Amino acid sequence: MSTETNQIKYKATDFKSAAEPRWCPGCEDYAILKAVQTAMAKIGRPTHEHAVVSGIGCSSRFPYYMSTYGFHTIHGRALPIATGLKLSNPELAVWVVTGDGDGMSIGGNHLIHALRRNSDLNILLFNNRIYGLTKGQYSPTSVKGMVNKTAPYGTIETPVDPLGLAIESGATFIAQISATYVKELVDVLIEAYNHKGTSFVHIYQNCYIYNNGAFDGFTNREIRDDNNVKVEHGKPLIFGKELNKGLVMGYGKFDIVEFEPNKIPDNIVIYDETDPVLIKMIKDLEFPDSPVPMGIIKRVEAPIFEDVVREQITMAKDKFKPDLKKLIEAGDTWEVK
Amino acid sequence: MTVEKQVELNEVDTITVKFAGDSGDGIQLTGDQFGNTTAFAGNDFATFPDFPSEIRAPLGTTYGVSSYQIQFAAKDIYTPGDTPEVLVCFNPAALKVNLDVVNKGGLIIVNEDEFTDKNLKKAGFDGNPLDPTSETLKDFRVHKIPITTLTLQALDEMDMGHGDKLRCKNFLALGVVSWLFSRPLEPIEKFLNKKFGKKPQVLEANLKVLHAGFNICDTMEIFPIMYKVPPAKLEPGTYRNINGSLATSYGLLVASQKIDIPIVFSGYPITPASEILHTLAALKQFDVAAIQTEDEIAAVTMALGAAYAGKLGITGSSGPGIALKVEAINLAVMTELPLIIFDFMRSGISTGMPTKTEQGDLLMSLYGRPSDSYLIVLAPSSASDCFWISIEAVRLATKYMTPVIVLSEGFLINSSEPWKIPDIDNIPEMKAPFRINPEGYLPYKRNKETLARDWVKIGTPGLEHTIGGLEKTNETGNITQDPENHDLMTRLRYEKTQKVGNDIPDIEIIGDKDADLLLVGWGSTLGSMRAAMEVVQASGKKVAMINIRYLNPLPKNLGDILRSFKKVVVVELNLGHLNMIIRSKFMIDTAFLGRVTGQPIPVTEMIEFINKELDSLKEH
Repeated sequence: MSTETNQIKYKATDFKSAAEPRWCPGCEDYAILKAVQTAMAKIGRPTHEHAVVSGIGCSSRFPYYMSTYGFHTIHGRALPIATGLKLSNPELAVWVVTGDGDGMSIGGNHLIHALRRNSDLNILLFNNRIYGLTKGQYSPTSVKGMVNKTAPYGTIETPVDPLGLAIESGATFIAQISATYVKELVDVLIEAYNHKGTSFVHIYQNCYIYNNGAFDGFTNREIRDDNNVKVEHGKPLIFGKELNKGLVMGYGKFDIVEFEPNKIPDNIVIYDETDPVLIKMIKDLEFPDSPVPMGIIKRVEAPIFEDVVREQITMAKDKFKPDLKKLIEAGDTWEVK
Repeated sequence: MTVEKQVELNEVDTITVKFAGDSGDGIQLTGDQFGNTTAFAGNDFATFPDFPSEIRAPLGTTYGVSSYQIQFAAKDIYTPGDTPEVLVCFNPAALKVNLDVVNKGGLIIVNEDEFTDKNLKKAGFDGNPLDPTSETLKDFRVHKIPITTLTLQALDEMDMGHGDKLRCKNFLALGVVSWLFSRPLEPIEKFLNKKFGKKPQVLEANLKVLHAGFNICDTMEIFPIMYKVPPAKLEPGTYRNINGSLATSYGLLVASQKIDIPIVFSGYPITPASEILHTLAALKQFDVAAIQTEDEIAAVTMALGAAYAGKLGITGSSGPGIALKVEAINLAVMTELPLIIFDFMRSGISTGMPTKTEQGDLLMSLYGRPSDSYLIVLAPSSASDCFWISIEAVRLATKYMTPVIVLSEGFLINSSEPWKIPDIDNIPEMKAPFRINPEGYLPYKRNKETLARDWVKIGTPGLEHTIGGLEKTNETGNITQDPENHDLMTRLRYEKTQKVGNDIPDIEIIGDKDADLLLVGWGSTLGSMRAAMEVVQASGKKVAMINIRYLNPLPKNLGDILRSFKKVVVVELNLGHLNMIIRSKFMIDTAFLGRVTGQPIPVTEMIEFINKELDSLKEH
């Protein structure tokens, strides 16, 4: 169906609904909404071929602001609902919008299993490290010691590591990006769409009201180049405002080296998004000692859930002619005259 | 078969047989095979498999006893029988547990090889009840057969392990019982050929012991009596044996074909509902996607996602799982999607008694969700009725765009009965009401007759819309917190389920329409109620009964029926769910018979209750 529709030029505004977004002023959800609409326009498929499914939370209001099909479901359950939808209509582009609480706390079990199931879903997890809609309780990604409404003496638990969770769950596409990188976000979304299988896009998103500045250390425009490393398959892992820093193999981790701009040393690691060791090492980079990786962390091919379900149905049809009468009349029957 | 010896042939009209032994003894298989020969002989029958929740409880213990009861008859019967006339015991524990249930004067067949000191102690016997001096079995006719020894003897020349030989002993017992009830061995041989066709040695061994069991009776004069139950006069047609699990699955497949929408069935393993997932998973050729999910919530939400997409989204579970699904069911109520939920009720709160039966989820199905949440609730009344109820669930869910809960029972899943195979060509087609036309489309605009909103296949051009759990404006579906709109939508959702009342059959009274006493039940109690009613009628008294298959909305003539009897007796496997509804809704006094033993209500107990109520009517 897409060959014909690719000819049509779509604008980001074509994917905008009539409803006015009601996020707080300054919320980065606006930027992500715009990026998704821009990505969809570039993908070039009409509105009715997209469905956006969300759970509960600030980010989960997303479907109302889209002109596509949308389902604003219940807390934590967007993933299995989206899986049922995609399984039923594999032609659809299915997007799941979730947050750190929705996706990794109440819906954590579904996230693990969706990632290993590998249905062709695009999961956008907005991480603001706080519960916003319920007004400021700690989330599973809140940093240890953070003071908030439910932790007036500081949070006690170790935060979830979203990339680690995705890797260990067997995700076939993992990306990480900040909502402040508008262009890169659009690119990542398009790549997530292009990936056949579950795409997990972890998006740092600042909550202006309850956790403002949570990511300033590495997303602030002034300093971000020195604190982020752009991750790109086949490209060297270099960063810094002057592109004068890079990652080299250390003892079980990356070491940071500095060099003269444009003179990239040979030992700078060339990233491979299919290499399990590099994937693990890049996710282990810990801010502030190390830069935060941004880009596509992992991309591998694996059988897609709904394809295999369908293959099995086809196989069964080839093997056993689907004859309902015969089925019901099978077994030991007897006649009563 | 030759019967040269002086054996009395006793022709009886109905008889109840129970097999009991360790859960690893192959009791369920033995019972199933005996059921098959019964069907083959043309009897009406009803079965009751009863097993512990442990897969392999420690050998020889009373809590590890598994049993299979079957009543078969030369006439219509409705229950697997209260108390067996014949008990086949594979070990002392099976005898211990069943001593109280066997009819006095009944026949008990025991595998005497198992009555060792160790096993007797495990079963809690002081001394050996088989000793001639023991008083324990004085009320019964006991036949000791060394089933283990005979099995090993029969297989003496076969080159197979001791354990493998022992595994055949249930077929020796089956040979014995087949002889006792003048049963042909062909159906069992057919089964063995099919099951072990690829394992010639196992096949040969089982056939050998089956015949050995049969021949021993013929030659050794073990029993002075043989029973014969003549064929029942069933309606002419082709019959098969069906249990509730197959009937449910077949009903869904027929419905899927009639409405031309594929099934997405998602479930999480739970006793006793897993059977449906097993069955459907093996029937993918009928365009069934049967998915085992990570948990109960994923099971219901995946089915809901499928219903949203335009497929038959179905899930099944039992009490503990249904409780977890409640929030998602309410999302289906809110978004008005045709989600179908099977609740195969099991016994007790929390984990309770997973393999036992009960009717404890009625109030939860009707009222156990936050706020004013209405949906359709149906209940099959027998194993074969599961077929028809499944079709009805699909018809009503898709026509009225509402979730449907089917309150089925653990008992119905496992029990089997003869089923006159319906001609599926005669089952009416159903219309899949998908909206295609974008003109004037509004997500919550309703059909005037049914109040259903349009069902849209997600992906249809021009019908893009967003739905969700937030309250909607009527017609447009825009989210709103307008107070009057919420009141209106709540009432509309209620009215929609009430409209279904115009679309379901009236209840028909069974029995004496001019009786003073009406028995009221739902689900599987139909069988024991009917059996009890017929016994009371045979004593010259008048009784009527009804079985309610539509629990929400209730059939329109229910009130008139209830009011036309002097005494209404509600019978349930709970402490009064339907009873409370009837009393509050129709403001009538009722008498109530409820039991929660994990078993069907014994017919004798019901007869006693009816007679007592009839007597109290006389006194007034």
